[in-house]
Amino acid sequence: MTADMPADMQAGFAAALLDPDRPVPPGLRAWNGSDPARRFGVYRNNVIVSLVGALADTFPVVRQLVGSEFFDAMAGVYVRAHPPASAVLAHYGDGFADWLAGFAPARGLPCLPDMARLERARVAAYHAADAEPVTPASIAAHLARPALLPAARLRLHPSCRVLRSNFAVHALWAAHQRDDAFGGDGPAIDIDTACAMLVLRDAADEVLVVGIDAGAAGFIGALLEGRRLGDALQQAPGVDLAGTLALLLRHGAVVAWHADGADA
Amino acid sequence: MTPLAGIGLKDAHALPLLQGAAAVDFIEVHAENCLVAGGPRLRRLELLRERLPLSIHGVGLSIGGAAALDEAHLAALHGLVRRFEPRWFSEHLAWSRHGGIWLNDLLPLPYDAQTLARVCEHIDRVQTRLARRMLLENPSSYVEFSASTFDEGGFLAEVVRRTGCGLLLDVNNAYVSGVNHGRDPWALIEALPVLAIDEIHLAGFAEDRDAAGDRLLIDHHGSPVDAAVWRLYERTLQALGPRPTLIERDHDVPGLPVLAAEAAQARAMLRAALPLREAA
Repeated sequence: MTADMPADMQAGFAAALLDPDRPVPPGLRAWNGSDPARRFGVYRNNVIVSLVGALADTFPVVRQLVGSEFFDAMAGVYVRAHPPASAVLAHYGDGFADWLAGFAPARGLPCLPDMARLERARVAAYHAADAEPVTPASIAAHLARPALLPAARLRLHPSCRVLRSNFAVHALWAAHQRDDAFGGDGPAIDIDTACAMLVLRDAADEVLVVGIDAGAAGFIGALLEGRRLGDALQQAPGVDLAGTLALLLRHGAVVAWHADGADA
Repeated sequence: MTPLAGIGLKDAHALPLLQGAAAVDFIEVHAENCLVAGGPRLRRLELLRERLPLSIHGVGLSIGGAAALDEAHLAALHGLVRRFEPRWFSEHLAWSRHGGIWLNDLLPLPYDAQTLARVCEHIDRVQTRLARRMLLENPSSYVEFSASTFDEGGFLAEVVRRTGCGLLLDVNNAYVSGVNHGRDPWALIEALPVLAIDEIHLAGFAEDRDAAGDRLLIDHHGSPVDAAVWRLYERTLQALGPRPTLIERDHDVPGLPVLAAEAAQARAMLRAALPLREAA
């Protein structure tokens, strides 16, 4: 027995768990002398099924779009190629959307990667850090000094994310949320319609997907990058500033407002 | 002593519990499900924590891992334990991580002197870092190792003796492993130091067959506690006296009333196991 024995054993065990073509690791036994491969298969199954299940929890609409059988097979390929690095599975699947874009069997559904990005953003928003929105009184005080507005920096709620897609993923996602009780077909969706979305968690702990126009997406995206209000406006020509600010404030998405432009 | 019967808490149960939809005596959460930056899960847990004793059950430390413990993960657990101050913190006699990959299953260990030394070293580190005693849970397993020189009960007893940790006795795991390895499950329980057992887990298993056609039980936490496990639990209580007992369900999780009813069954058995003077 060498000092590296446990590491070697676990390395072989781990490799065989993720690769069904590898032989069962040596040194295993069963009380009745039966082939340990069948028993080892329980571990193989647990690893893949549990991680596929974690992805299925995060990407329910992607799963509905491709069908559960296709999804489970596809997610199994992803799990074997990109097993998680962390035991905190709320973060697992960050790379799934990019991987999907290169997964040839799913090319028939080009909106799939963006749908995965939307679903991943929703989970991230659900678990994002808490932050208190700025008070209406404080906002009124800032708006009363318009000369200071261009230099101001706004910090948005940690759950906020802006997504853009060349496909109508927002409408498609919304169609998949409809309760069967409302039944029937929703409005027809032209999948080749571009859209932009703001994902955030509101004060009632609801994760919202809000449709926004390209101007608002550019403006909010610039705020998320830490730009001053004036710079954000320049990056988003044609943005409806009043409407976009009102949207953010209505959802409690502004959590700090620094008039002097200091780092928010 | 009040007998405590609790449930493993899932997101869907938090609001019904806060609204008083059912009575349970304590709750247990998986540590790794709580290692998120914020959001409703932690906020509800904070509210529940004010009303019920809390157990934090880790599945991510890989105590039996060949490599050193993941110090970043341990630091995150330390933060969690400081924030929620659980009454119990437990982990598993298993490994789950190798070479930077998280395998998400509780994998088996050879019970030999080398594993014993490593497991004890890791438990020492956990107890030092978290500044508290931890409970170690007996695993369910599907294979054994030719290299093993201890039986599972003897191994666990030695870990307790060397580290001063406590034990979380999973009666379902004891039954599953007993059947899977052709042993009497009671032999494992009997070998454990009685006073070290601070919590009990009960759960359901699924049934399969191995290559020889013998029963192979799968610890899947997806069904009610089996009658054979209830019988083993009753016998355990007769030997140990009452211990805080948790109903675990991680798959096909039913509504709160169903789980609370299973907890009530455990509570009734806990009361029956009280010494007469206390039960009166």
